[in-house]
Amino acid sequence: MGATASKLPKDQLSEYQELTFLTKQEILLAHKRFNELLEREDRQQIGGSRVPMNKILTLPELKSNPFRRRICQVFSTSDLRDGSLSFEDFLDLLSAFSDSATLEIKSHYAFRIFDFDDDGTLDTGDLEKLVNCLTGEMDNTRLTSEEMKQLINNILEESDIDKDGTVNLSEFQHVISRSPDFVSSFKIVL
Amino acid sequence: MACIVNNGLELHSEHSEDSETSSDTDDDFETVEMHVMDNNKTELTSAFTRNKWSAATQKVLSSMPSRSVGWSAAVLSQRDHSSVRDSSQVPGTSNRDYDMESHEGLIHEVPRMRHLLRTLQTLPLDECVRKLRMMPMSLTEKSELRALLCRERKGQILSVETSRNSHFQVRLRKSLRGARQGVHSLLTSVQLWHGTLKKVSGRFGTGALSYFLFLRTLLLYNIFLSLIINVFLVLPEVIHHPHHSANKKIFMGLNIFTGTGILTDSSMFYGYYNYTEENNCSSGNKTKPYNSYNIRLAYLLTIGTGLFATCIMLVYSVFRTLGGSFHMYKSHGNLALKVFSCWDFKLSKMTSVRMQSENLCTQLKEMLYELHSGNPKGKLKTRLIWMALCFTAWGISLTCIFCCVLTVYVFSEDRENVSNIGSDENLLALPLLVCGLNHLMPSVFNMVAWMESYDSLSLCIYVSIIRNLFLKVSTLAVLCYRWMGSTATPKNGTKLECWETFVGQDLYRFLLMDLIFGVLHTIFGDFLWRVFTQGVLRRKRKPAFDIARNVLELIYGQTLAWFGVLFSPLLPTFQIVKLILLFYLKRASLMMNCQAPRKAWRATQMTTLFISLLCFPSFLGAAAGITYTMWRLEPSSTCGPFRMLSSMFQAGREWRCLTTFNPSLTWLSWAYTVLENPLFLFTIAGVFLLEMVREE
Repeated sequence: MGATASKLPKDQLSEYQELTFLTKQEILLAHKRFNELLEREDRQQIGGSRVPMNKILTLPELKSNPFRRRICQVFSTSDLRDGSLSFEDFLDLLSAFSDSATLEIKSHYAFRIFDFDDDGTLDTGDLEKLVNCLTGEMDNTRLTSEEMKQLINNILEESDIDKDGTVNLSEFQHVISRSPDFVSSFKIVL
Repeated sequence: MACIVNNGLELHSEHSEDSETSSDTDDDFETVEMHVMDNNKTELTSAFTRNKWSAATQKVLSSMPSRSVGWSAAVLSQRDHSSVRDSSQVPGTSNRDYDMESHEGLIHEVPRMRHLLRTLQTLPLDECVRKLRMMPMSLTEKSELRALLCRERKGQILSVETSRNSHFQVRLRKSLRGARQGVHSLLTSVQLWHGTLKKVSGRFGTGALSYFLFLRTLLLYNIFLSLIINVFLVLPEVIHHPHHSANKKIFMGLNIFTGTGILTDSSMFYGYYNYTEENNCSSGNKTKPYNSYNIRLAYLLTIGTGLFATCIMLVYSVFRTLGGSFHMYKSHGNLALKVFSCWDFKLSKMTSVRMQSENLCTQLKEMLYELHSGNPKGKLKTRLIWMALCFTAWGISLTCIFCCVLTVYVFSEDRENVSNIGSDENLLALPLLVCGLNHLMPSVFNMVAWMESYDSLSLCIYVSIIRNLFLKVSTLAVLCYRWMGSTATPKNGTKLECWETFVGQDLYRFLLMDLIFGVLHTIFGDFLWRVFTQGVLRRKRKPAFDIARNVLELIYGQTLAWFGVLFSPLLPTFQIVKLILLFYLKRASLMMNCQAPRKAWRATQMTTLFISLLCFPSFLGAAAGITYTMWRLEPSSTCGPFRMLSSMFQAGREWRCLTTFNPSLTWLSWAYTVLENPLFLFTIAGVFLLEMVREE
């Protein structure tokens, strides 16, 4: 962050305030942190520049998160599908993970993050990848394939209402609505 | 609200340049559109079609049910599915074919899109923006939509006349919302200890964070209360009536602990706020202006207002947290719930993340095992044994509580007589006993609970909270009985010279002892326990932070502070210092001695429970005590602002003084007679609360 950091114009700031769940201070802090991630020459033109995924993943809030790559891919609007984030994508990310975001928004984005193959439903492959992400990469914390099969069957039994073998968005939201702690644990603060 | 006016052509978003659908097709859409639609709607819908909504959004949104928010997005997705379909065609196909297909597809959707736009347009702009905020689209798309609607609205407003009523309503609603947002942003900009709390949550998760957030909330309540009292009560009294005590007392070190000696006549306690004859309403001539500060009225009103405002804020926060966590939680069959919702995204430290993964893996394996291996608890014998253990544990706990209460009762019996108190050190004996019991008994309860071995963590926590609550409530009840019963109106023996000051000093001693015991327990208890478990018992895990116990201690201290504010107006200030000290101490202890708990802490449910405990037994109990004191007990006749009155409430009549001498203040007197009716007050407060809750 040098003297060349660009300032956020006031009307854009108020527009961001209206369209996201972030407060003014959070937006300004996001602006500052995003600036630090940009290359020096891009810092004047913060509106159009994108930060590549590997740089986003150096943020301490995301560095150790097992879902970091999925998060970047979900919020990225880049056509190259490389997970790079523009400033507005970054604000989208923070807004979905903020304190005031509604359960609907959070569950929607959680669904997209867990949908590893981006097909709009959580099938067996997605669920398996999800559980592996959750339990970690170490050998002693992985579930055996037998346990994994049982677990996935149980999950589908509990949540698949229309019995099509996959969990779609509304079934996912139905399960999530039973947990009052989802909203408090699905939070990232800069 | 700045309305960004974009030219329709500029809305062509950058990523559609590289899109699969050629820009020719987009222009063709536009041409087709213009023929079909009305002139007003042309630009809007054409801009819609020109935008390429991200493919990812579409796939998910298309599976959303057709409720108002999801439906509109689903409509958008449907429209774009057609464009995606088109793009898969062979690029050599003529544009004419493209036109016909897309044209037909569009015709079906044109009425729906119109309906969507109309729905968004009928709403006032800020409602529109609110609805936009709730839609799970990317920010770029949202701002484009907003710019569209803004432009459309600008065009419409010039042509349509709006009635005066709606103008006023819109302005009123806008200003209310602006006020709420202003207050909200002010509160969030305070952001006390933000960095520290982030570190704590990064390492220990949401559970330990909830304790520190609760502490911060209590700190804010105390700051608010002490601000009101200091500005309107303490400062005027200190400035206008500096006291010189007749016998100069020497300051001794012990006075800090006992609150006696030189501190007795200080502004800390009730006795300082003296009511002299010259303050009297009827003493002044009718011609002489009444210009001295009426300390009686000030005392009554500042404490009343402060406590009333605290009540409103507490009830509001209870309602707000209650709304979110009103779900019954099944203890079995929750594998899907666990997998989908229990990952704590706040954890940022690598070791903590790894630990969470390990814990999750263990829990999943345990749950799977339980599900697939039958229910051992179904056996009658084990259930009977478990119930017998429960009964024994409860019996032991209740016996312990009863013994503690009896001890406190007997010990405090002799304090009625002034002559029995003796030297100052003896005054510390009762606080020492009560605080010692308060800190010792939770450990006893923990050992008893270990014997019971509850299977669900939340049940275990609830039971432990209930037992600790019983203990604290009973000891406080006994102490209140002593203060309000025997000390204020002793049956035999000489009455204390200034019983309110004595009660204030007692409460100050209790709070101080609570702080000292808390500090000692943190330093020696947590630290030594960790050394013991790691050194002697050779456990690999450090002990977990006992959130429930620490929160209950905070609630207990706050109850004392609220009850004592009547007798010692500087008590909230002291509580501020105590809370700040506790914050840094507990944080240091947490970092050094503890680690994240094994099982997930249900943060939302527990936060609701703690706020409810703060409101219901704690604050209401203190307020009930204060109301009883002000209403029934006779103030001492030799000291304090309420002497020569039969009850403190009678000071309210001093209002009449102000209006007699200052005729311009008659409206105040009218306001007071209206407010004196508590029904009116509660109705207003209730309406206000309902509005705030509905806005949420």
